[in-house]
Amino acid sequence: MLEKDGVPEDFDIEKILPPHNRRKSHPYVVVECFQEIPCDPCYESCPFSAFEPFKHIKDLPRLDYQKCTGCGICISYCPGLAIFAVDETNDKYDLVSIPYEFVPLPKPGDKGTGLNRTGEQVCECTVHRVKKVKNKTHILTLKVPKGMGNIVRHFVPFKTEHHS
Amino acid sequence: MRIKEHPILEFPERRRVEFYFEGKKIYGYEGEPIAAALHDNGIMVYRDSIRFGRPRGFFCAIGHCSSCFMIVNGEKNVRVCVTPLVEGMRIERMRKKKGERES
Amino acid sequence: MKVELLIIGGGPAGLGAAYESVRAGVETLLIDDGLKLGGQLVKQTHKFFGSKLEYAGIRGIEIPDLILKEIDGAKNFRYILNTTALGYYEDKSVAVLRDGKVSIVYPERLIVATGASEKMLPFKNSDLPGVYGAGAVQTLMNVYGVLPGRASIMIGAGNIGLIVSYQLLQAGVEVKAVVEISNSVGGYWVHAAKIRRMGVPILTKHTIVEAIGDEVVKGAIIAQVDDSFEPIPGTEKKIDCDTICIAVGLSPLVDLLFHAGCKMAYVPELGGEVPLRIEEMETSVKGLYVAGDASGVEEASSAMLEGRIAGLAAARSLGYKIDDYDSRISKLLDELKKLRESPVFERVRKGYEHLKGF
Repeated sequence: MLEKDGVPEDFDIEKILPPHNRRKSHPYVVVECFQEIPCDPCYESCPFSAFEPFKHIKDLPRLDYQKCTGCGICISYCPGLAIFAVDETNDKYDLVSIPYEFVPLPKPGDKGTGLNRTGEQVCECTVHRVKKVKNKTHILTLKVPKGMGNIVRHFVPFKTEHHS
Repeated sequence: MRIKEHPILEFPERRRVEFYFEGKKIYGYEGEPIAAALHDNGIMVYRDSIRFGRPRGFFCAIGHCSSCFMIVNGEKNVRVCVTPLVEGMRIERMRKKKGERES
Repeated sequence: MKVELLIIGGGPAGLGAAYESVRAGVETLLIDDGLKLGGQLVKQTHKFFGSKLEYAGIRGIEIPDLILKEIDGAKNFRYILNTTALGYYEDKSVAVLRDGKVSIVYPERLIVATGASEKMLPFKNSDLPGVYGAGAVQTLMNVYGVLPGRASIMIGAGNIGLIVSYQLLQAGVEVKAVVEISNSVGGYWVHAAKIRRMGVPILTKHTIVEAIGDEVVKGAIIAQVDDSFEPIPGTEKKIDCDTICIAVGLSPLVDLLFHAGCKMAYVPELGGEVPLRIEEMETSVKGLYVAGDASGVEEASSAMLEGRIAGLAAARSLGYKIDDYDSRISKLLDELKKLRESPVFERVRKGYEHLKGF
């Protein structure tokens, strides 16, 4: 529960997701920022100006999903690590991009466990893409089972002997 | 224990030096606070409390709380959390002596 | 030694003050008791909130250099580390200790930006080594690269407790639980959500009742609390851990302000005793300014802004001509006001309302 431990419930998430047909047409970002904290780097980061201008520094970010391409550039700018990108355009699987600040940085093809917003292990996932970012908030794109794109929010790699 | 790899930070190479804890030779990095080197060596107890002889160690890390007083090169009451490590330093615990007054 | 402006403390507030005073031309000496400039910024590995003016999106650890590069090398600026201000005297001098030697500085203006210290929590065995301030653990890990232990619990779910929990995970230390006595987290929801999705439980309405161990911590006993925050018998639970981090708030470091005879007020919402001051951060002692957590516990972002306000005001009072002084001050004040308008700073706003009453 948001007020208790900062974790949004399903109905909190539903409120911020784009309409159903938009979700199916192309990727989009999900901004899980529900508290009016003084902060605006997401607005500054978007190359498509998809975030509506802030009237006050404490405003919650509002996205124009006509402009958002789901590129996920904003993910690594958010100081709260609260932005994710979801791609539900494939019938067989979903892709979800998450901010990742742990070592070792996984490689494409690595497998691991997907965790939901409360840290429960919910599925196996495969690292689809790794975007190394200069500010060290790297972006992992995970291939997850269909329907899990808005469930999986963290990744723990399986332990392998390859990682040093 | 040292952090070997960190997602955000890089810890620059520093000179590894020897120093002495209660007469025993151990190692740390030159210039880091004595407390960091002790902690890395698994040494957590720095002194006894004055009144009840309870163990005292690292606490605030910024030289404010006085929990980390030790004897450094014979000098008492040195705050090891803010005192840089120098090669060959002799560090000792401040132990409560038997029969010391318990007020 | 005589100097136009002495700044005590090289954290966000002191650096903010130096940024303005040095650029205005003031002969500025900054002293800090740390081994590294930046105060507590040197361990803040997370990205800052706020707007561009407060370096939003930049990691705290990078901010000292960003400020310093604007003023370092200026003929009118000098900073000395590993130097502690010991006291303030009737002749407006400040005694400073460095390498075991005391010297006296006579500043025409003084900015006290000494920050805050961590509050302690009493419980059985709370004095055992292994019980540390959360900020201390952050220093040990992020500045010195030494792990505090293998498994920890965090007492307090304010921003420091939540942020340090995440940083413990990043360093490879297990966080068994965050224990919070009230019924909700006090820090930002995004900081809480971040550690929750990594599987860290946040136990609200819980407290620690005992640290287990003889010489060092071997575990902790926590319990649920009732509505008057008293542990409920029978709800005790043992957690195996070697590190107990205490993150239950900060108190302003105001010793020098008391020495100087500044008029003080007890404002719990701001962390304790704080000095009365005007908007431009001058205290009741003429020529003595305050900035940052020493003036009331807030955030690094507001500390930088307060420092800049104090630096500008001190420069003008020394007779330096500052273009657009009024508009620059009001821009900084406005930014500060906007930061505080966020609902997450309700406590701080209450504190300033409270302070106005004195």
